[in-house]
Amino acid sequence: MKIERLLPGLAGIVFLAVIPLLPVPPFWLTILNNIGLASLVTIGLVLLTGVGGLTSFGQAAFCGFGAYTTAVLSTNYGVSPWLTLPLSLIVGAAIALPLGLITVRLSGHFLPLGTIAWGLALYYLFGKIDLLGRYDGISGIPPVEVAGYRFLSDGSIYYLIWFFVIAVAIGAKNLLDSRIGRGIRALRGGGQAAEAFGVNIVRAKLTVFVFAGVVAALSGWLYAHMQRSVNPTPFGLSMGIEYLLMAVVGGSGHVWGAIFGASIVLVLKDLLQRFLPDLVGTTANFEMVVFGILLVVTLQLARDGLWPFVLKLLPKRRARPLPTSDDKLAKRTLAPAGSSLIKVEKARKAFGGLVAVNDVSFEVRAGQVVGLIGPNGAGKSTTFNLITGIASLTSGSVFYEGRPMTGDSPREVAKHGIARTFQHAKILPDMSVLENVALGAHLRGSAGVFRSFLRLERKQEATLLAEAAYQLERVGLGAYRDRPAGDLALGQIRILEIARALSADPAVVLLDEPAAGLRHGEKQELATLLKKLREEGVSVLLVEHDMGFVMGLVDHLVVLDFGTLIAEGKPADVRKHPAVVAAYLGGVA
Amino acid sequence: MIATFLIQDGVTNGAIYALLGLALVLLFSVTRVIFIPQGEFVAYGALTLALLDGGKVPATISLLVCFGAIAFLFDLWSMRRGADARAFLRSVALNLVLPGAIYGITVMLAPLGLPSVAKALLTILIITPMGAYVYRIAYRPLADASVLVLLIASVGVHLAMMGLGLVFFGAEGLRANPLADDNFNIGSLMVSAQSLCIYGATIAIIIGLYLFFERTLLGKALRATAVNRLGARLVGVRTHLTGVTAFTLAAAIGAVSGVLIGPITTIYYDTGFLIGLKGFVAAIIGGLASFPITAIAAIGVGLVESFSSFFASSYKEVIVFGLIIPVLIWLSLSHGFHEEE
Repeated sequence: MKIERLLPGLAGIVFLAVIPLLPVPPFWLTILNNIGLASLVTIGLVLLTGVGGLTSFGQAAFCGFGAYTTAVLSTNYGVSPWLTLPLSLIVGAAIALPLGLITVRLSGHFLPLGTIAWGLALYYLFGKIDLLGRYDGISGIPPVEVAGYRFLSDGSIYYLIWFFVIAVAIGAKNLLDSRIGRGIRALRGGGQAAEAFGVNIVRAKLTVFVFAGVVAALSGWLYAHMQRSVNPTPFGLSMGIEYLLMAVVGGSGHVWGAIFGASIVLVLKDLLQRFLPDLVGTTANFEMVVFGILLVVTLQLARDGLWPFVLKLLPKRRARPLPTSDDKLAKRTLAPAGSSLIKVEKARKAFGGLVAVNDVSFEVRAGQVVGLIGPNGAGKSTTFNLITGIASLTSGSVFYEGRPMTGDSPREVAKHGIARTFQHAKILPDMSVLENVALGAHLRGSAGVFRSFLRLERKQEATLLAEAAYQLERVGLGAYRDRPAGDLALGQIRILEIARALSADPAVVLLDEPAAGLRHGEKQELATLLKKLREEGVSVLLVEHDMGFVMGLVDHLVVLDFGTLIAEGKPADVRKHPAVVAAYLGGVA
Repeated sequence: MIATFLIQDGVTNGAIYALLGLALVLLFSVTRVIFIPQGEFVAYGALTLALLDGGKVPATISLLVCFGAIAFLFDLWSMRRGADARAFLRSVALNLVLPGAIYGITVMLAPLGLPSVAKALLTILIITPMGAYVYRIAYRPLADASVLVLLIASVGVHLAMMGLGLVFFGAEGLRANPLADDNFNIGSLMVSAQSLCIYGATIAIIIGLYLFFERTLLGKALRATAVNRLGARLVGVRTHLTGVTAFTLAAAIGAVSGVLIGPITTIYYDTGFLIGLKGFVAAIIGGLASFPITAIAAIGVGLVESFSSFFASSYKEVIVFGLIIPVLIWLSLSHGFHEEE
């Protein structure tokens, strides 16, 4: 890694390190410590809310679990704080896991609503339990010790807190910049595309939820040893809401924005608590009103928070050079040409009374390009969805290499080696073109959360990115590699989806109207690419409207009309088929 | 005997939660807003009624005038690139004249010692327009946002409204006089007239909502918006109008709930939130979609609360809010995986 890339970070660390050595007022250190503690929780929320598209108002309760775990163990049982640290984190994870399991399967808004309810319930619970000292809490918690040195003063625990903040922030950045991270970032776009390439959506959601719970518990552990006492108040719902405010204000998609947001909110809170009572003449905690308005105004005017504005002021970083990789990813052995690959047998899909696909049977053989055509509403896309597991069959079955795959989820279908594009392109506009394509290679990597967090998967990641870059060059989008995918034109996005499908190393690619929006020259290039795939032994099933494009390309043509198969065979024969002519031109043939 | 008392208590509170739950389902289905601050309308309503009982001019009217003025500024801002005179006049009438008139009426009537029904109606009159202003100020600029963003915004609105409640009403709790003092004996059961009012109002509002949605054009427009926002716009439904309508209705229901609950329990500036959340538990059981299930679930929440406050009083809140966990498990198992739009 180049030293210039590390320079801003190192400067930041040095700056943070010298603050306590300067003659600053003591309350500055108190605020900075609180900012550090809040930043930890907020980083978790950023991953959950801004990146994963979920949210929680109950993170303060997870702080409570971390804090009470160490408080009880270190006061009642004299366990060393260093031993309670892993225990606190495990308790945080152990609480987050079941709570996550029951909510992540529901649509997005049930999780936050659930967190409001248990945020309240747990606050009351903390205040009722004798072991936890009821509402008085637990005091006399020992400080953290390293080799006889006790972290007692604000100035010393400061280093401990900010060490963890920086470590967690870097870890979170690492996690997002990995195979697992791409899956997490895909959640926000609905996750359908990610699932079609083998990302386990439920697991990705659980991962961020548990991560957020664990870092909140870490913050709680630090809080307990900083404050040396705990009581239920800082773990109530209002703190939980404040943490979310920090994430929103800072910029809910940015890890560094979390620290920024925590700083803004806590400094503002301090100022309000000191100056507002004189200003309005009441002692009422008026900051609630200000925070509420701040939250709504931020969402109205800067939905991505304030961090992007800071980023604009900073000099732009150059795109990271692509890591080089000598390893090649293993390739799938393809079935011998002519053997049955996908076999659809009497597939039927009814939406209520409407039969969208009516007992359709056809076959895709290895090494074939098969076209699926028909007028609008003929059931072509529905057939695609039946094969890829997005829609469930009403009756009939689908086989892959002779084995039934009826009822398989999109993720299992992807594992068979079936990759697809979507009629309405599903890309992640904020991610770079390269990352979008690399999402396709998800199943070809194996690194998990921990290796990604510690950046131990760089070698594998490099091969995945190299593969993605190769597929991009192959489809002719190499020049756009580092641009956000949202910058591309519609036709290019369709090609991007093809590159993504190819990086999955598929046995079959299912292309849903790949030529729509392409210019004539681009269509010819696409046809050349598909022919080349056929030579390599990859099969293609495509839905297309452009007859000229289809006729010159496919080996076998299947024609649907009103959900029913009306003709199939060689393109030249099908073209003359009376039912096909009637369906396309209308009237009596 | 204790059981019948607990049941009566539970059903009475449950009826209030039902009103809140219905308002929440109404708002969510029409505007996709998960309206956390619904409870604040309840607290505002109860506190306003209590202040009117004391012959005082409630601070809520100043709040109403402020809300109206801010909404007017928002309208002005969105009209900055040319506006037609009609829209301007409509904005002046709705945002400045209406709250001003309510302010005047209240200042005149408050010291007169009105009959309790008149005070209740005046309270509802004061609170109801706030719904429209809250929509205009907080939610209309976010109309295109996701459910999640709207939910986070709701929490902001809740904080602001609760804080304003503290500023305007102070930290002390107030209790209103009951609408009617009498008690009836039905067999061995003693029923207060106030609980009868609550049952009556709840049933009337449920029937009213049913008729509104089934029989009126505006109600049908609201349902259309709920099903498909874009589609409704294409056939000429003004979706902003449906948003205003839904919020106004919700504020009115909140005010009614406040007037009903004010006399049976002491209300503080932050009580509304807890009451509102219990309505939420019911609304979530109804999947934020079903009116009848929400109403029945609300009665259930009321019963659980009254029984747990008797048998395990210190764990009352833990039990009521913990109730949501099994509900979510059940929803998770019965609905399976939901794809976000």
